[in-house]
Amino acid sequence: MTRKAAPKVLLLDLAHARSGDKGDTANVGLIALKPAYYPHLVKHVTAARVARHFRGLITGKVERYELPNLNALNFLLHGALDGGGTVSLKTDAQGKVLSTALLRMEIAAPR
Amino acid sequence: MRIAAGQGFWGDWLEAPYRQVTGGPIDYLMMDYLAEVTMSILQKQKSRDPASGYAKDFVPQMERILPLLVERRVKVTANAGGVNPRACAQAVAAAARQLGLGGKLRIGVVTGDDLLPRLDGLLARGHDLKNLDTGRPLREIRDRVLAANAYLGAAPLVEALRQGADIVITGRVTDTGLTLAPMVHAFGWRADDWDKLAAGTVAGHTIECGAQCSGGNCSVDWQRIPDLANVGYPIVEAHADGGFEITKHPDTGGRISVAGVTEQLVYEMGDPTTYITPDCVADFTTIRLTQAGKDRVRFAGIKGRPATNKLKVSLAYFYGYKAVGTLVYAWPDAYRKAQAADRVLRRRLHDLRLAFDAIHTEFVGADATHGSLATRATRFAELPEVQLRVAVRSREAGPVERFTREIAPLILNGPPSVTGFAGGRPKPEEIVAYWPALIDKDVVEPCVELVDV
Repeated sequence: MTRKAAPKVLLLDLAHARSGDKGDTANVGLIALKPAYYPHLVKHVTAARVARHFRGLITGKVERYELPNLNALNFLLHGALDGGGTVSLKTDAQGKVLSTALLRMEIAAPR
Repeated sequence: MRIAAGQGFWGDWLEAPYRQVTGGPIDYLMMDYLAEVTMSILQKQKSRDPASGYAKDFVPQMERILPLLVERRVKVTANAGGVNPRACAQAVAAAARQLGLGGKLRIGVVTGDDLLPRLDGLLARGHDLKNLDTGRPLREIRDRVLAANAYLGAAPLVEALRQGADIVITGRVTDTGLTLAPMVHAFGWRADDWDKLAAGTVAGHTIECGAQCSGGNCSVDWQRIPDLANVGYPIVEAHADGGFEITKHPDTGGRISVAGVTEQLVYEMGDPTTYITPDCVADFTTIRLTQAGKDRVRFAGIKGRPATNKLKVSLAYFYGYKAVGTLVYAWPDAYRKAQAADRVLRRRLHDLRLAFDAIHTEFVGADATHGSLATRATRFAELPEVQLRVAVRSREAGPVERFTREIAPLILNGPPSVTGFAGGRPKPEEIVAYWPALIDKDVVEPCVELVDV
């Protein structure tokens, strides 16, 4: 019996996103491109999975909030901005493009 | 009632306010100027010149539209007053008189947010203003504090409007309060009608970043968003029952869609069930959006909860110095050359025994935005160029100053095919850092004054 690897899909193909900052914490709002994708995102794009995705790039934990009314998930990435605001030495000191960094994640393709 | 966003931050499109006033009927123009560290810049300006300390750009912008505002009876809410709202109001009043508008305008001034003169008294009375993120007490940095402002809500603006103000100029008022206040004033909403206050707050959040909800910085279908050169800034069409729609003037570019508006709703979001303002606590998980027409999104169902008994305080303090140096390396082996140059530079900084809090290297074109998530997928040998970007941070000016002199030598004594240094030596910058805190609401006393032009 052979077992085929489940087909993968880039999050970019299922969702869009916008990110911003609050001090040294970045937020990434992840929004399903179609309402039908939302439950799939809830299942596969967990806080733990996102923390793994950003490993080495953030120093703190990841929290997730659900907004089923907007087919959206909100992630808080703590310690993402080298101190944040004016202290940060990063090009992206306000985490503006962490949105698309999240969209690089690969998850199981929806059926 | 129509509230138009004219400015999403200090530095936003200078044409936007004029276009909002002339592009179609509006009742209010809302202009947001204050970012977290803006107050410290303004405080520094005020310490040098007691007549400054506000968003200077606001005055010529108003000068351009004042006759139109009077003619069309459009009112303005703006937090352009910074740390000196009275001086800002005086400057606008002088401009209005120059334009022959004497006797035709009343300016409301909202103050009371500036806690800097009261800071030691507050600390002595047990308000420790500890850092919301780190829990550290303010006394650790007290001698370096440059600005301290409580975020006021909509209430003092409502009072200014009630007293007949046509233009309300404030200091540190929440972005959302600038939009909520006209609604509370026009519809007579009670101070404990939490659902309606939450609705007005959500409306404020939606338009506070200007065109970021009307097609700007929108990632959905971005290539087909029409005519961003002519982008229409958002307008709230508000109803007395708390329902509202977001739209824009006809014949403008951009797009107002559920997807684009949703992106703005989640922008800078924390816990979506608990969006805290001085006016209420709004629950973003109750918002129902529908596309009600072309470039028109309807909001309904918004629920709110009672406001807390605290106000957020934004403090700014002197932290230290930083500088950023860049050089551009060209094909072949652009990335490897930039990496080699970084190693050379770091070795020299090390040998000079300079004390930095942090040295941060990015390779722009390879990893500056997405770090290791990007470099896994990049074929480095083919990169046409890479910008080496090295930044340093220190409590002391000396090491940062010396760092700025270590970039240019690499052009002749480091790896080859390097350019992009025409800008000259980088300049050390002072770092003014942000310290968020909370304070009991009842110790902050908003003050409203009227200036007749």
